[in-house]
Amino acid sequence: MLRVRQLHAGVSGREILRGIDLSIDAGEVHAIMGPNGSGKSTLARVLAGHPEVQVTGGEVLFEGQDLLVMDPESRARAGLFMAFQYPVEIPGVNNAYFLKTALNAIRTQRGLETLDALEFMDLVRQRMAELDIDEALLNRPVNEGFSGGEKKRNEIFQMAVLEPRLAILDETDSGLDIDALKIVAHGVNAMRRADRAFLLVTHYQRLLNYVVPDQVHVLADGRIVRSGGKELAFELEEKGYGWLETPVAG
Amino acid sequence: MSTSTQTIEQLASREYKYGFVTDVEQDAVPRGLTEDIVRLISAKKQEPAWLLDWRLKAYRTWLTMTEPTWGNVRYGPIDYQRIIYYAAPKKRPALQSLDEVDPEIRRTFEKLGIPLDEQKLLSGVAVDAVFDSASVATTFKDKLAELGIIFCSFSEAVQNHPELVRRYLGTVVPYSDNFFATLNSAVFSDGSFAYIPKGVRCPMELSTYFRINAKETGQFERTLIVAEEGASVSYLEGCTAPMRDENQLHAAVVELVALDNATIKYSTVQNWYPGDKDGKGGIYNFVTKRGKCLGVNSKITWTQVETGSAITWKYPGCVLMGDNSVGEFYSVATTNNWQQADTGTKMIHLGKNTKSTIVSKGISAGHGQNTYRGLVKIAKGARGARNYSQCDSLLIGDQCGAHTFPYLDIKNSTARVEHEASTSKIGEDQIFYCRQRGISTEDAVNLIVSGFCKEVFRQLPMEFAVEAQKLLSVTLEGSVG
Repeated sequence: MLRVRQLHAGVSGREILRGIDLSIDAGEVHAIMGPNGSGKSTLARVLAGHPEVQVTGGEVLFEGQDLLVMDPESRARAGLFMAFQYPVEIPGVNNAYFLKTALNAIRTQRGLETLDALEFMDLVRQRMAELDIDEALLNRPVNEGFSGGEKKRNEIFQMAVLEPRLAILDETDSGLDIDALKIVAHGVNAMRRADRAFLLVTHYQRLLNYVVPDQVHVLADGRIVRSGGKELAFELEEKGYGWLETPVAG
Repeated sequence: MSTSTQTIEQLASREYKYGFVTDVEQDAVPRGLTEDIVRLISAKKQEPAWLLDWRLKAYRTWLTMTEPTWGNVRYGPIDYQRIIYYAAPKKRPALQSLDEVDPEIRRTFEKLGIPLDEQKLLSGVAVDAVFDSASVATTFKDKLAELGIIFCSFSEAVQNHPELVRRYLGTVVPYSDNFFATLNSAVFSDGSFAYIPKGVRCPMELSTYFRINAKETGQFERTLIVAEEGASVSYLEGCTAPMRDENQLHAAVVELVALDNATIKYSTVQNWYPGDKDGKGGIYNFVTKRGKCLGVNSKITWTQVETGSAITWKYPGCVLMGDNSVGEFYSVATTNNWQQADTGTKMIHLGKNTKSTIVSKGISAGHGQNTYRGLVKIAKGARGARNYSQCDSLLIGDQCGAHTFPYLDIKNSTARVEHEASTSKIGEDQIFYCRQRGISTEDAVNLIVSGFCKEVFRQLPMEFAVEAQKLLSVTLEGSVG
């Protein structure tokens, strides 16, 4: 589903990603871990097409398409979703209306009929029930005045409604109490499917107690320095990131 | 980034949608303003002597006045002697049906999307179309006449209902009110007149479409609406103008009078040519709009969506004389490219327990400068008066400006006045968030702007709200880069 080859990227002329290779197949859950400043969030942002991140080399294929030439909205419509580390507040814009606009843009791209307000509400109520999310959230402005936990839950809720092919969660677990973390994890687990993949960007192993990854990659100084199974996450939790400072070849 | 910049450039280079010129024979007076011109205008309109006298008093007062400079707007000097003060389409026979309207004029209306025909009846809108200065056709008069409602051009009202015009003309905006209103009083060419008799609720929205067409002809409309005891009316005014290089002056006056328990709702969507992206051309819009809540429990609501004009200078206000009367002002003003707007309201509380609400939303993009200027005045005798004001500014980009000048003048200690203000910016991060969800930059801006303006749009009649939203998105095209 996602093939990243020798990806180099940076912000304001400073190189942050120094040759990333990553391969994610449909149905898989991958975790990217790493210390602060290792380039985790930059990787998430470059995949989503954030205008501040400049690609300086390499290639990214998403379902066989060249992702790097697509603008952010085309990537989203092609099925790439990113749950933001810091979801943005949009005052005055109703959450439900925002999500309906997004969903219909994506459905149009996929050749599906747009949903009217009633059909949309049916879908949304179903997802809210599944994720145990309060309906009151719908009628509030997008993220405005939300607590940190509510914002993250809203990201998961949007993911559930938009049904992406590849979901990137950029430190969605950071700053969450255990109940909110469980809701996020439950959302991801409920959405795991043979034709969908997840990329979890996280600093801590905590989330991985609830969402079991197929592969864990450790990012340090803009490169993937270790890849392994879920046990790699436990090793990191135990030893910290210090033991990885000298990258091992291969 | 590069792809979005490209789209934005394409959008920005779109031409003003309504920029076309209609070729109709014009009957114009010579350039410039003299006492003779005032007399000529009055004579052409076959006005009674009292009205000519009123115009002349205004003209002589105007000569002693100077153009105001306190507005937060910058523009070159206006040469009042270069303006043609009156133009009317030459062929103007008495029309029995719309088929008799000049086909050229009808095509113009069609281009504007104004179906001036039976379709209007189905949609319940009577249109008094002011084409340049003279009325071309007035519809649904019969239906309104059954209820005793008078809705016609100002000139017709002068001919057919002189006693009403004489009783109310200048009672809200006197001929000596201010430089631009006084100029209008001297040279006004036409406009609309509506009179709703006692106890009648006007069953349809009254609407007028204004259009500046004749080259270098400033338009000086004058509108007067009177709602008698217990009457109610909703009036819509929508505007577009063709593309011009030279700046055109527009100085209109609107007067509203509401008697006991009467309600007047006046809604405007203003979309005159704003000038090009370098700030060349565009309409100078200097308007005086005021309503008088003369009777007890009367209510006047101004709702405006100002997206056009190079310069907007207008302060629709309410004089709350009757006890328990209510004044409301809901405004969205947008400035893009080099547009400048200095707009707001005046709420003058004279009666007891009078209430006013002000909701102003200013949007600035490009090099646009947007100023809110509002006065809340509570007179000594206005016991229990209340005002709530909310002024919000939204900035798009970092070249534009938002300014707020609230004036409070409180003479009664029982008054309660609240003022809230906020300034926010459409951030790159908000745009990116929307795009990551599949929403294009253009739609993201519209979404955010509509959310910002929601409280005002809610006040507009349905079909107008839709039009206003479209206009806003056209105005802001290419403002994010």
